[in-house]
Amino acid sequence: MPFITIDNQEIEFEDGMTVMQACELAGVEIPRFCYHDRLSIAGNCRMCLVEMDKSPKPIASCAMPATEGMKIKTNTDSIKRARKGIMEFLLINHPLDCPICDQGGECDLQDQALHYGLDRSRYEENKRAVKNKYMGPLVGTIMTRCIHCTRCVRFSTEIAGVDDLGLLGRGENAEITTYLEKAIESELSGNVIDLCPVGALTNKPYAFKARPWELNKTESVDIFDAMGSSIRIDTLGKKTLRVLPRLNEEINEEWISDKSRFAIDGLSKERIDIPYIKRNGKLISTEWDEVLNRITQEISKHGKENTLALSGKFTDIETLFATKYFVQSLGSNFFDCRYDNAQFIENQRSSYLFNSSIQEIDNAEVILLVGTNPRWEASVLNARIRKSYINNDCKIGLIGKKIDLTYEYSHLSDNIEHLNDLLNDRSPFSELLKNSKKSLMIIGNSAINFRDGKEVLNVCSEIAKKYNISTNNFNGFNVLQQDISKAGAIDIGFYNNDFAQNFDQKIKDHISKFNPVVFLLSCDEINHSILEGAFIVYLGHHGDVLAQLANVVLPTPAYTEKSSTYVNMEGRVLQTTRCYHPLGESKEEWKIFRSLSNNFSQKLRFNNLSELRNEISNLFPVFKEINNLPSSSKLDFGSATKIENRVLEYNIKNFYMTDVISRASITMANCSREILNKVA
Amino acid sequence: MLKEEDKIFKNLYGKEDWGLKGAYKRGIWSNTNAILARGNDYIIEEIKKSELRGRGGAGFPTGLKWSFMPKNSGKPHYLVVNADESEPGTCKDREILRNDPHLLLEGCLVSGFAMHAHNCYIYIRGEYYNEALNLQKAIDEAYEAKLLGKDACGSGWDFNIYLHRGAGAYICGEETALLESLEGKKGQPRLKPPFPAESGLYGFPTTVNNVESIAVAPTILRKGAKWFANLGNPKNTGTKIFSISGHVNNPCNVEEEMGIPLKELIETHAGGVIGGWDNLLAIIPGGASVPLIPKSICDTVKMDFDNLLKVQSGLGTAAVIVMNKSTDIIESITRLSNFYKHESCGQCTPCREGTGWMYRIMKKMIDGSVQLEDIDKLDDVTRQIEGHTICALGDAAAWPIQGLIRHFKPEIERRIAEFNKKKEVA
Repeated sequence: MPFITIDNQEIEFEDGMTVMQACELAGVEIPRFCYHDRLSIAGNCRMCLVEMDKSPKPIASCAMPATEGMKIKTNTDSIKRARKGIMEFLLINHPLDCPICDQGGECDLQDQALHYGLDRSRYEENKRAVKNKYMGPLVGTIMTRCIHCTRCVRFSTEIAGVDDLGLLGRGENAEITTYLEKAIESELSGNVIDLCPVGALTNKPYAFKARPWELNKTESVDIFDAMGSSIRIDTLGKKTLRVLPRLNEEINEEWISDKSRFAIDGLSKERIDIPYIKRNGKLISTEWDEVLNRITQEISKHGKENTLALSGKFTDIETLFATKYFVQSLGSNFFDCRYDNAQFIENQRSSYLFNSSIQEIDNAEVILLVGTNPRWEASVLNARIRKSYINNDCKIGLIGKKIDLTYEYSHLSDNIEHLNDLLNDRSPFSELLKNSKKSLMIIGNSAINFRDGKEVLNVCSEIAKKYNISTNNFNGFNVLQQDISKAGAIDIGFYNNDFAQNFDQKIKDHISKFNPVVFLLSCDEINHSILEGAFIVYLGHHGDVLAQLANVVLPTPAYTEKSSTYVNMEGRVLQTTRCYHPLGESKEEWKIFRSLSNNFSQKLRFNNLSELRNEISNLFPVFKEINNLPSSSKLDFGSATKIENRVLEYNIKNFYMTDVISRASITMANCSREILNKVA
Repeated sequence: MLKEEDKIFKNLYGKEDWGLKGAYKRGIWSNTNAILARGNDYIIEEIKKSELRGRGGAGFPTGLKWSFMPKNSGKPHYLVVNADESEPGTCKDREILRNDPHLLLEGCLVSGFAMHAHNCYIYIRGEYYNEALNLQKAIDEAYEAKLLGKDACGSGWDFNIYLHRGAGAYICGEETALLESLEGKKGQPRLKPPFPAESGLYGFPTTVNNVESIAVAPTILRKGAKWFANLGNPKNTGTKIFSISGHVNNPCNVEEEMGIPLKELIETHAGGVIGGWDNLLAIIPGGASVPLIPKSICDTVKMDFDNLLKVQSGLGTAAVIVMNKSTDIIESITRLSNFYKHESCGQCTPCREGTGWMYRIMKKMIDGSVQLEDIDKLDDVTRQIEGHTICALGDAAAWPIQGLIRHFKPEIERRIAEFNKKKEVA
């Protein structure tokens, strides 16, 4: 490897590195504003100037490729003067309103001004004032603070793939703008807030709520889609004030979607914080003892061996496990996670996981999307597909309705039948797949949540084998789950084969036959009509529609209020961390079932969370390792059956309102009004 | 004084026909094929030997620049001619464009051929409307006469020229900003490296040259590098069009030998300074971007790159702006500062923030309503900009002010004292 001399220290660097990266290797910190690892290089802030031998002028280290034998100096007087000068220029038109700025305390400009700034101003002229720009309900602007680093413009054009942001005007009059002052139409727009090195682009719903140093910061996992993005939850007392992404190269890099970031105001609205019982058609608040006794009576009355439990979008492993064993202890085998009629092949983990891993998208040459709108089902993953599209000229094909995915793709067909064509070499994509060295197939829930879902999986598996999407050492057959709960629920066997294929009808039959007690584990997206005749026990944290229909409502904590285990779409076991105690009288679901089991002959064996987790990992060894990507299993199923002709409809109709939390969120309501329905 | 036969621009004043017929009469397009037949390497070598330096302002050796173009890249190569002449005081390219467009076109073919380019773009300043018409007409004529297009001049080399009109931004005269603009993007300079010869227009090897640099090439190749190198001084060879404006009796464009004494240039061609040589205050010798020089230097200085550099100025585009003693020198430089503030693209920090700051201090200096220490502050600000920007516009904005402070500090101080005195009286 080549050598470079930095401040008289000779170090080795990798080919293709910039001078700035080499300096970092040498442990020399270079101040910067416009440079960002994941964005193209702009070199416009000029803060990173360093001296290079044989160059009369200082060079921008972020943009200069490091070469063998280069001699760099980063701490000479002239460089110190240059940095001071740049800092002064940045500050002359900056309002210096740190005391009223939300960025205060975590501001790059503030921090670097401390190191490189002058202690007084020499600027005696009037400061420039810039009119604020409207960027939608999420991103607040105080444009006078802008230092024109263009990180936001580069993010939106390069990563989010929308041209909504740009720099208008020239010289002093240059301004970042959304041109026509409309909302940024991207599901990733919130990331520009993190990218902005100053307080020009700020978190609108969080405005003036708190100072960063007052907040409790908890590292956790996002649950709004099945990726399980790494996040940090900032709380003040019992209030979640903001959510920020954490760096995780394998999953979300450093982005999160707007729903993950902004739906949190829903956590303090419409909450259920005490137990309720329905009397005379009205839900009346009551005590825990009373509801648990009532449930016990009802279970015995309706026949405990018919008791049914259904899980929902956010149900964690602890809940699923406790419920499953509680229901089994009653002599019932009726529990299921397929409220959305999800299909998979039993005992084939690869039939419901994103087998290739999310990171492998970076290396794909061809990606075939089947019945999925990744932009809405996993926004950050979609940005990764776009990255592959830009970096390796990845070719993308879509079977499903035409949509704007932020990158170009070949639209193969609206109809799932096209899979037959692929299998028989009649698709325009066949040739591409044949010649590709690494291809991925991403199958969405819209394609498989149907009565012939298994056939779709089987045919897809055949296609994967035929085109070497799945080989002996690589499995590019991927199912894109929408719920963080789904893979885990299947993993621990939270399903009953009797309910397979036509879930709604079969549950309906079961309920009308036995009129059993039904436990709904925040299962809000289920078809309500099928529950008629059941004694509904609703466990959840939001007073959504189903809570109104329930006979008993039990308050449970939201994802910020409990430590839970989830399995993401890749089959990776992830754990969230409790930020604060559950609201009101809410109790974790496993505690509820543990108490209930006291009233029956067979008690559950765990008394606390660690005992429960031990039990889980003893029975299901998958849960022993946290955060690790499971070794990909080979595709061991598949047969070339004929698929019915069916036009694919995406099942998410509104990105901003997919679950109880986002439906309760005012911010998300504003987004759907302004961004989706274009009502200003 | 330059001999008539050594002049390259024989129709500088437009007295003859600018069209193809007139061009033929002046020897343009005569046996171009023979020049091309000598081969790419020969042409580049000959231009190198002639020691021709770029006429756009920076004075980079043209032959060397051409030789940076890769030999067998397998990619398309481009020649881009910078006709976005917007430097205040400069109007030399304009005369070539309207009065001798074929000289430029022949130069394009010769130099384009030398650097393996099949396509040439001429980026012309938007305001040069009539010039663009003439040039387009000339291009059409040349195509018709099979001098351009497929098998240009029967050389076997296909060569196309496209004319592109700019939209009036000074910054688009910076070579990489020009390329951005040509690609349909916002005219903002690119970071270098990579240099255009490696990755220029649409990411392909590109050379951007000034109109005059390209236009002189065929004549150099006809008359030989030696002839050209013998004119002027070593490393500062050949002839050059000087644009003389300001307080002279006869403002004009004139082709002269490099290294001609400034005084001689003005006295012989521009009819002298208004009010006589002793009425001279200062001269900006190379367009708005270079520092001015006071009369004491003007008395003796010779007009070429190296000699002007020695007196801390520059030849730039050789636009000689003459100011006699009736000039408010501070206000004049303030006007230039205003120009740079207005034309800064706003991309990088020092230029975006600094040009406005400098202009505002300068404006106050006109009536002296600043403090004495503000002179040093202003000088400091210019040095914080100089050399720290992406392109040379930052330097260009800083230098005139540095020149002013270097040579006219007493005048600034006098005004401050005067202003304070007035304030006291009031």
